[in-house]
Amino acid sequence: MNSTVGLSSRHKFAYTWPLAWGVAFAVVAFIWIGGDLWQWAVKAPKELTWKVEALGSCTSVRLCVTGFFKFMVSNEAYIFPWTFKEFTRFVAACIEFPYQIIRSFLASGFTIPLSGGESWQSPPISWLGLTVVLTAVAYRLRDWKLALMVFLCVAYLAVFGNWESAAITLSSIAVAVPIGIVFGALIGILGYRYEKFERAITPILDLMQTVPIFAYLVPVLFLFGFGPVSAVAATVIYAMPPMVRITMLALKTVPLEIKEFGKMVGCTKRQMTWRVLIPAAAPGLMVGVNQVIMLSLNMVIIASMIGAGGLGFDVLASLRRQAIGDGLEAGIAITLIAIVLDRLTQAWASRSPAPHHETKPTLLQRHKNLMLALLILVGTTAISFVAPFFAQWPEQFEISTGQFWNDLIKWININFFDELEAVKVFLLLNVLKPVKAFLLALPWPGVLLFLALAGLQLGGIRLAILVVSCASFILITGQWTKAMITVYLCGISVVIAAMIGITIGVIASRYPVLKRSVLVFIDTLQTLPSFVYLLPVVMLFRVGDFSAMVAVVLYALPPAVRYTLYGIQQISPSLIEAAKTSGCTKRQLLTKVQFRLAWPEIMLGVNQTVMFALSMLVITALVGTRDLGQEVYIALTKADTGRGLVAGLSVAFIAIITDRLISAAAKKRKQALGL
Amino acid sequence: MDSKPDPILSCSEVWKLFGRNAQQFLKENNNVTDDMLSENGLIGAVRDASIEVDEGEIFIIMGLSGSGKSTLLRCLARLIEPTSGQVMFEGENLLNHSEKQMIQIRRHKMGMVFQHFALMPHLTVLGNVAFPLEVQGIDRSERENRALEVIELVGLQGRESYYPRELSGGQQQRVGIARSLSVEPKIWFLDEPFSALDPLIRREMQDEFLRIQSVLNKTIVFITHDFNEAVRLADRIAIMKDGAIIQIGTPEELVINPADDYVEEFTNDLSRAKVLSAKTVMSEPEPDAQVGGRVSSSAKIQDLAEELIKSELPFHVVDKNDNVIGKLTRDAVVDVLVKQP
Ligand SMILES: Nc1ncnc2c1ncn2[C@@H]1O[C@H](COP(=O)(O)OP(=O)(O)OP(=O)(O)O)[C@@H](O)[C@H]1O
Ligand SMILES: [Mg+2]
Repeated sequence: MNSTVGLSSRHKFAYTWPLAWGVAFAVVAFIWIGGDLWQWAVKAPKELTWKVEALGSCTSVRLCVTGFFKFMVSNEAYIFPWTFKEFTRFVAACIEFPYQIIRSFLASGFTIPLSGGESWQSPPISWLGLTVVLTAVAYRLRDWKLALMVFLCVAYLAVFGNWESAAITLSSIAVAVPIGIVFGALIGILGYRYEKFERAITPILDLMQTVPIFAYLVPVLFLFGFGPVSAVAATVIYAMPPMVRITMLALKTVPLEIKEFGKMVGCTKRQMTWRVLIPAAAPGLMVGVNQVIMLSLNMVIIASMIGAGGLGFDVLASLRRQAIGDGLEAGIAITLIAIVLDRLTQAWASRSPAPHHETKPTLLQRHKNLMLALLILVGTTAISFVAPFFAQWPEQFEISTGQFWNDLIKWININFFDELEAVKVFLLLNVLKPVKAFLLALPWPGVLLFLALAGLQLGGIRLAILVVSCASFILITGQWTKAMITVYLCGISVVIAAMIGITIGVIASRYPVLKRSVLVFIDTLQTLPSFVYLLPVVMLFRVGDFSAMVAVVLYALPPAVRYTLYGIQQISPSLIEAAKTSGCTKRQLLTKVQFRLAWPEIMLGVNQTVMFALSMLVITALVGTRDLGQEVYIALTKADTGRGLVAGLSVAFIAIITDRLISAAAKKRKQALGL
Repeated sequence: MDSKPDPILSCSEVWKLFGRNAQQFLKENNNVTDDMLSENGLIGAVRDASIEVDEGEIFIIMGLSGSGKSTLLRCLARLIEPTSGQVMFEGENLLNHSEKQMIQIRRHKMGMVFQHFALMPHLTVLGNVAFPLEVQGIDRSERENRALEVIELVGLQGRESYYPRELSGGQQQRVGIARSLSVEPKIWFLDEPFSALDPLIRREMQDEFLRIQSVLNKTIVFITHDFNEAVRLADRIAIMKDGAIIQIGTPEELVINPADDYVEEFTNDLSRAKVLSAKTVMSEPEPDAQVGGRVSSSAKIQDLAEELIKSELPFHVVDKNDNVIGKLTRDAVVDVLVKQP
């Protein structure tokens, strides 16, 4: 057109993107309308396969992965000087041995064979003794408030009849946590010492934190078989990455002067690491320890899918039986253990300094408390031979809320069935189904085109290449349809969660009182294991996409609220005042000032919501969705490594695509606002 | 003149440039200017610095913040590698030593005190002070005995089992001082050791420092940005600006003959009576004149002022061998006192 000639180049540029998007839409619409002519583009392609003599059975990405793992456990793969199989057996033994000992102490007691084929069964440590000791430890570390909290939490386990399961869960945690800490710290130290190593592991750590936990289970199961060893291994893999990161960070942030001091007194490299850096970085490292514990507890339920047993198994089993009460109780028990361990480690990390002593204490004096604790444990356990109360909380006094929850759900279902059903059907027909149909009908070249454009516009050519290659992986591994279902479920849930979350955030930011209770509420939501959300949802809405969506929305809500609150609060008060003095109404203030300035933070919150939604979505496969999560779940039941890993990676790639695009958008927006 | 003994520590033409390809840049360019540095994205932290530190002297490096003092000190201890130049310690070029040799030298011959103390938080006073010995592998009872000695030297006896967080700033720096002395170093580096302390404690610590030095007679490289502190403690002072050493001399020389406005700026804040000695202020000797008494040529005017002002008569200025070398009049002294800013 002639009229554009006179415009400045900046204006011309301003039309480039809308034009590009317009063309892209036109192309997609064209393919769509001429659907029959372009079969290959409209139908999701099958898995890409090839036939090469030299590669043998490796004819697709999926089969190659499976083949690789089969090869590894065959007797031909060597890790000097062992075969890989011997190596995994060795690792398994290293986990199994301490696990059995701790488990005997806590849960099952020792079986000691006697002459004449008989055996003697020792009791496990008395619940009463352990409760007393933990309470005392809490008191010693902090104050009576912490002691009371610990007491109530531990007593809950006994009174609600979760003691034995909790002891089994605790045994695998007690093995997984030290392994995670030690190896995480060692890898972190290596990363700190060798920059190249750090650069090599950083992307791996990134990926590990986006691959859904489920996907790990498949190869682990394949290597170690069903049982506690697999569970511990998977837990370690999941809980270790933050320890690595935190170790590197903590070592880097040791004050320069301390490092120089180490050099000046002539420390060797080894002395420098162990005598100077690690002690100086101890407070930072404690954060890592705490993280490992928390993440290990996050894993409890999932790990029970590959044989962890304990509380996780209880939750899963009640999910299958649809016994909401039992499931909730076990779920809460996991949360309580997490809280106790969290508070105790934090209290230990920040304990008041041991007062200096004038005289050198004797061994006994120094370990007085330890001796006392041991005495209590041994004593109560010994008494439990004769007094059953010491061995186990009497069954007739056990409290169970199972009946109450079941009745409640029944009552709701009887009285509100029509209303609930109406909501469900309405949403299904008017939102879920159409969106699903639309996404499934989108021709895949169009999706790739859109992604490429978005990448180009938001972050340039490198981002575009990254997102397109991630999407292509999904395409050539033949998972397009399932991925689209994942995107649809995730997308709808995120939109709903973001709308609710942002609204709550905005309202709460206005009223301090409300804000505090909202924060407490979302904190609680976040400590509950994700599985716990599934229980009531399934009982109210039965299995299916709708239940999955509700559970995902609940689980993904907290970050949206949190970031919105944070975003609005961090706007500088002077800006608000300026807006007020220039005569903004409350509404204008919100839409014109607060919302715009908080937008980058809110986008980051949405980003987090997406991540949460994806991780929950995989779990909802248990309630019958037909997406990538289901793929992983099926692979798990069949121990099909290739299938599981490929599907898991696909979920990770969806996460990476959204994460990178949203972060780039937030960054761009931030720059535009000059923040 | 008798020949001077070799300096124990010296450096010549030391450069330290931060940034990429610094070494390359220095090789290719001779007369480096500010513009050339910034064009290449380099920071000239130390530029062409040469100093000589004699055995047993307190050598002070001073300059404003960012003038490159710490960087120069770290080059001397080879904590950072100079971009070019050489550092001689006891007749050998430190920069040629291997990592192992450096560890040995640092273990036995160098001690350093840090501005923010750099104490290990998980060790007691005793543990901190014994740490350098522990690193050397000296066994427990021996290192603790040695540590107790230095702890007593810095006046912290009775606090051996305290943790750093239980001590005040001044006490913490005493621990830092004790720790750096526990290995009986040949050369003692102090990087603004008193800057993090408040003024009253700082004075107290300076006195303490002088007392310790009077006992130990170490060779000292001391950094400060406080000219008053420098004048109180120094045998000689090197003044740095933008990475370069502008002038080296005794406090008195700097006051009498500042090399440029920058140095003069420092000396302006100073009570001249504290710095100037009788030798500088005296006039031609009059051996036969009637005098009120004799003063040493190295005595500071501040210390003589009271006596001289009371007296009607001038004083003889005598050298070490009691030869009269000059005359000090009341007017001259009053002049010094009045000219104070
Ligand atoms: N590792 C580094 N990388 C880049 N520049 C540095 C580095 N260390 C120091 N510099 C720069 O070198 C210059 C001299 O720094 P230096 O720390 O030696 O100053 P200083 O005289 O000790 O100052 P202060 O009194 O604040 O301690 C400064 O401009 C500083 O920014
Ligand atoms: Mg400095």
